[in-house]
Amino acid sequence: MASTNGKPKLALYWASSCGGCEIAVLAIHEKLLEVAEAFDVVFWPCAMDFKQAEVEAMADGEIDVCLFNGAIRNDHNAHMAHLLRQKSKVLVAFGSCANEGCMPGLANFTDREHILRFIYQESPSTDNPQGVRPQLRTEVPEGTLELPDFWNTVKTLDQVVPVDYYLPGCPPEAKWVAAAVDAIVTNKLPPPGSVIGMDVAVCDECPRKRDVKKITRFYRPYEIVPDPEICLLEQGLFCAGIATRAGCGALCPSVNMGCRGCYGPVEGVEDIGARLISAIGSIIEAKTPEEIDAVLDTLPDPAGYFYRFSLARSFLRRTRMGQQDGRRVAEPIAEVPRLEPELAD
Amino acid sequence: MSKTNFSELNPAWGDRQPILVGFLCNWCSYRAADLAGTSRLGYPATLRDIRIMCTGRLDPAFVLKALREGADGVLVMGCHPGQCHYQEGNYKAMRRIALLRRTLAQLGVHPDRVQLAWASAAQGTIFTEKVAAMTDVVGRLGPLEWRDTIEDPAPQMKVLSLEEVAHG
Repeated sequence: MASTNGKPKLALYWASSCGGCEIAVLAIHEKLLEVAEAFDVVFWPCAMDFKQAEVEAMADGEIDVCLFNGAIRNDHNAHMAHLLRQKSKVLVAFGSCANEGCMPGLANFTDREHILRFIYQESPSTDNPQGVRPQLRTEVPEGTLELPDFWNTVKTLDQVVPVDYYLPGCPPEAKWVAAAVDAIVTNKLPPPGSVIGMDVAVCDECPRKRDVKKITRFYRPYEIVPDPEICLLEQGLFCAGIATRAGCGALCPSVNMGCRGCYGPVEGVEDIGARLISAIGSIIEAKTPEEIDAVLDTLPDPAGYFYRFSLARSFLRRTRMGQQDGRRVAEPIAEVPRLEPELAD
Repeated sequence: MSKTNFSELNPAWGDRQPILVGFLCNWCSYRAADLAGTSRLGYPATLRDIRIMCTGRLDPAFVLKALREGADGVLVMGCHPGQCHYQEGNYKAMRRIALLRRTLAQLGVHPDRVQLAWASAAQGTIFTEKVAAMTDVVGRLGPLEWRDTIEDPAPQMKVLSLEEVAHG
């Protein structure tokens, strides 16, 4: 706490993120004044004019708390993660991107080559007849221009540097941001490695009535008008609440939309997809392979539903990588030929 | 049984053999495996069996973790439908494995790398047949080697000079 005014130093940074987490910080409303009173904000590129070089010039551990949002998907994100880890006493993974990869993590369904090709060449609104792509370094008369290298695989913050606390959510709800601020200000932080939030599933906060009903098909939201009282999953609407950490107050299920899973897997679960597969396997009413296939045909894109927010921190982390012309590329999601023999009778 | 040269099935194997992880239910398939052993039945030495109480106890996370940690395929075996010691467990496994296979296909993993089969406690020969068939399937698919897939953050690009950069 070498600050001239004696206050602990706070840094906020965004890596690969949408900016929603920055707004979530503002959503604590008048509590923000407490933050300003309690902390000396030394780095917050979204809100104020700070330079990276100022952070680089700091002593190690000079920043007391760094709230880091965003996933790690290029060399610069990784550089900032390492830099802020080195300069911060407490590093908090703030929001779903830093925790689980979130939307940027969906890039792990493809690879760098496919992303760059689509964005710079194939997207309908692109006009780029010569196929110009961004380059790592480009020599121009004024000197060398540099861009950070773009990765095949999006990573979570704790896959790159050690993280002290996790504040999940897309974005984290204001009450949990406020709780984290309180904990820091009053120096009542939980043991390092803790998630600041709840350790039960969204269902525990959901006001809907649960039965033990089995389902015979899934519906997409436009296909039915759901009953406002009964569990959405039991009505055949996909809801990730059963495997998702609570803390949001079941916002989505309260307004007839199944939980998307933005708070990441519930305490004790490493792979949210595995837990959802397990739960859905229990509620489907089908006993033969044909019946099961018929039910599952009504749930298109299961991997997309299950790993919407958590692909980068799932067990497999991404689609399989293969070799093509000496380059590592994602294996296409092709129609797979059925191999004989089929084992299940 | 003579040692198979798996590189004939798929050259990517080299000297390596497929690694299959087997999750066998306590009441039927694990006993079938025991019977295969006491009956001196031969089958490919590719399967590492893990006994679970019921295929209904199989958390799909076990399968995903096995694949991530180096398994080339996972064979789950339980009691025939209608014969589950816990009545419903194998039906749940059927639904979970079916959904898991669809999910894996989207992640570029051939769904036949994860299979479900049945063998009762008396069916030692069925057990060996299933292991042989699964070994053949995975043998043809080649190694999975998931570690290579996740340890791949950034490919390096070469630096272009001004002349090489196409300016639109």
